[in-house]
Amino acid sequence: MNFQLSEDQQALQQGIRSFCQGRVTIDHLRALEGPGFEQALWGELAEMGIFGLRLPEEEGGVGLRTADAVLVFEELGRALVPGPLVFSHLAAGLVDGAASGETVVGGLDLVCAAPTPYVVEHLEALDALLLLREDGVYRVDPRSLDARPVAVPLDPLTPVHHVPELPAGERIGDAEVARDLRLAGTALVSGLLLGIAEATQEMAVDYAKKREQFGRVIGSFQAIKHILADMFVRQEVARAAAYAAGATLDFPEVGDVERAVSGAKINAGEAAMKNSRACIQVHGGMGYTWEIPAHYYLKRTWVLESSFGTLEEHCEKVAAQIETAA
Amino acid sequence: MDLRYSESDEKFRRELRAWLREAVGLHGPPPAREDWPARRAWDTAWQRKLFDAGYAGIAWPRAYGGREASLSEQLVYHEEYARAKAPYVGVNFVGLLHGGPTLIVEGSPGQKAAHLPRILRGEEVWCQGFSEPGAGSDLAGLKTRAERDGDHYRVSGHKIWTSFAQVADYAELLVRTDPAAPKHRGISWLILPMDLPGIEIRPLPEIHGETEFSEVFLEDVRVPVANRVGAENDGWRITNVTLRFERGTAFAGEMYELQQWLAEVAQVAKRATRSEARAWDDAALRREVGELQAELDALWALLKLSISQAGDSGVPGVGASAVKLFFTELKQRVGELSLRVLGRAALGRSDLAGLPVRRWSWEALQSLSLSIAAGTSQIQRNIISERIQGLPRERS
Repeated sequence: MNFQLSEDQQALQQGIRSFCQGRVTIDHLRALEGPGFEQALWGELAEMGIFGLRLPEEEGGVGLRTADAVLVFEELGRALVPGPLVFSHLAAGLVDGAASGETVVGGLDLVCAAPTPYVVEHLEALDALLLLREDGVYRVDPRSLDARPVAVPLDPLTPVHHVPELPAGERIGDAEVARDLRLAGTALVSGLLLGIAEATQEMAVDYAKKREQFGRVIGSFQAIKHILADMFVRQEVARAAAYAAGATLDFPEVGDVERAVSGAKINAGEAAMKNSRACIQVHGGMGYTWEIPAHYYLKRTWVLESSFGTLEEHCEKVAAQIETAA
Repeated sequence: MDLRYSESDEKFRRELRAWLREAVGLHGPPPAREDWPARRAWDTAWQRKLFDAGYAGIAWPRAYGGREASLSEQLVYHEEYARAKAPYVGVNFVGLLHGGPTLIVEGSPGQKAAHLPRILRGEEVWCQGFSEPGAGSDLAGLKTRAERDGDHYRVSGHKIWTSFAQVADYAELLVRTDPAAPKHRGISWLILPMDLPGIEIRPLPEIHGETEFSEVFLEDVRVPVANRVGAENDGWRITNVTLRFERGTAFAGEMYELQQWLAEVAQVAKRATRSEARAWDDAALRREVGELQAELDALWALLKLSISQAGDSGVPGVGASAVKLFFTELKQRVGELSLRVLGRAALGRSDLAGLPVRRWSWEALQSLSLSIAAGTSQIQRNIISERIQGLPRERS
């Protein structure tokens, strides 16, 4: 039992972090408001192996495990990298060109408790749309859909379309595949949420060290310090849960896969939600403006919270497992 | 990142589980909670059995008679110990988890030889004389005075929140040896034999009505200078010394027990009725249980992360302070939930209608101490924000 990151994992995480810091700056994100997608960036992400990360090397992938992918998505979340990252990663090996970034893949999880109304993210950028149903994975041509763009999306970096009717689509994976994609997708979304919890914690701490009121930096007031300490605790709890989900998916003998994955979504979701709200609060009036990026994190959290099962759904799932165990 | 236990960990688990199954049964039920002499006898007899079986001082270095188990073995130990519902460490708490470990790091060879083997065998019970009525969170403000008189100190003062004082043989005692020095620099750490003349112990009933705590009044107590641990006026550093081999696993048993409690709450919620439905039929209650379970699982993972980070250096990772805060909050929330599941049965403190009211109400009340003892939750937040996040320090 050693839950530390290996040297390779640290290097992987550091590599993605430096790439994002150089390439996906806040100014760059501002410029992407509206389309929320950039072909050149997508190609670079693909080149770094983000989509083919878990695909075996003989199939052109990087051959890493889910625990590694969670670390990568943590960094993508921290940097608010926009685009249908999770579904394009899940589609590697299932949809030609997904791993290489040539085919941009989005998706809808129709197994979740409230799939309707059908709201598709990043539809205009998509070459393929995956539908996850109980009995399998279905592929749909996004251009064939009667899709209505929503004028102003909640997250300015996640454009959405309303799709009143969904076709059956072409079945490209069985129930087992659908289940695997939902589990891995939930773990990866948890990684993104963990990254948001960290970024907002760091942003709030930095601001509290600089901003002065009453002749002192506001980070010297216990009322602020304790908010920040709680943000740190939530971030660490979320990290443990998200990493454990990855490690459990890789070696299911160490625990219960469903419970670990639900636990990751619950804890990382709560951490991202509460930390991005607290980040706005610590920034005061500035936090309420469009000028600084605090709002991006909360809005992205709302998008991710609705993906692969909400807090309530996962809480019910975990409770039902206790029921079985008892 | 690998959560798998090794084959040798699993072998350790099998042996321990087999031993516990037999030993716990043979040890019989605990005595009445207010019968302190009987509790001391029961707790120390169990410690002796652990010692004879090679399980005493699981984290202690081998050189001092401990098992020096690996971190993963320590986790296995705490899992199995809680699963077997083995006796709580009880009156051995301070000796095994604080006084003894401090002596291992800072004691003289003579002090180690005199106390460590006896603590491990359950022959010596310790208590802690740190807090005072005027020195709680601001522990370094303590006023108990120790004046040098030849080869003795003459000690006078008033200590409080002293668990097990009624049955302890020794206390780890913090005293002021230099009242002129800045408050952190005039403190010394003494081994206080509790049978010396001038010590008065007054039990202090707590929120659940039991008297684990006492106040300890010291009036001109003569303590040999040889009982001082470390240098004179170096007691504050000794109090804060990192007990490296503990590596933050001390909470593991309690965490595992909290998991067991929550599972029990869920079971009872399935049979506790509310006019026409079961408590469990309430979606809000199920979600609350599910969320608590997910958070407990995360806490357990956080403990693994924290002790894995401690693996190389021996210093618990940054998660260790988060572990304490989060555990405290979860236990209080489970306590609150358990009383709501009991409903009006919780208005008494004895079992009613087949519901485990006595134990749950005791646990719910006891859980209130967790956010106060060993550094309040507010002090923990100060520590996190100052030492980890680098925010400006409070006056100290």
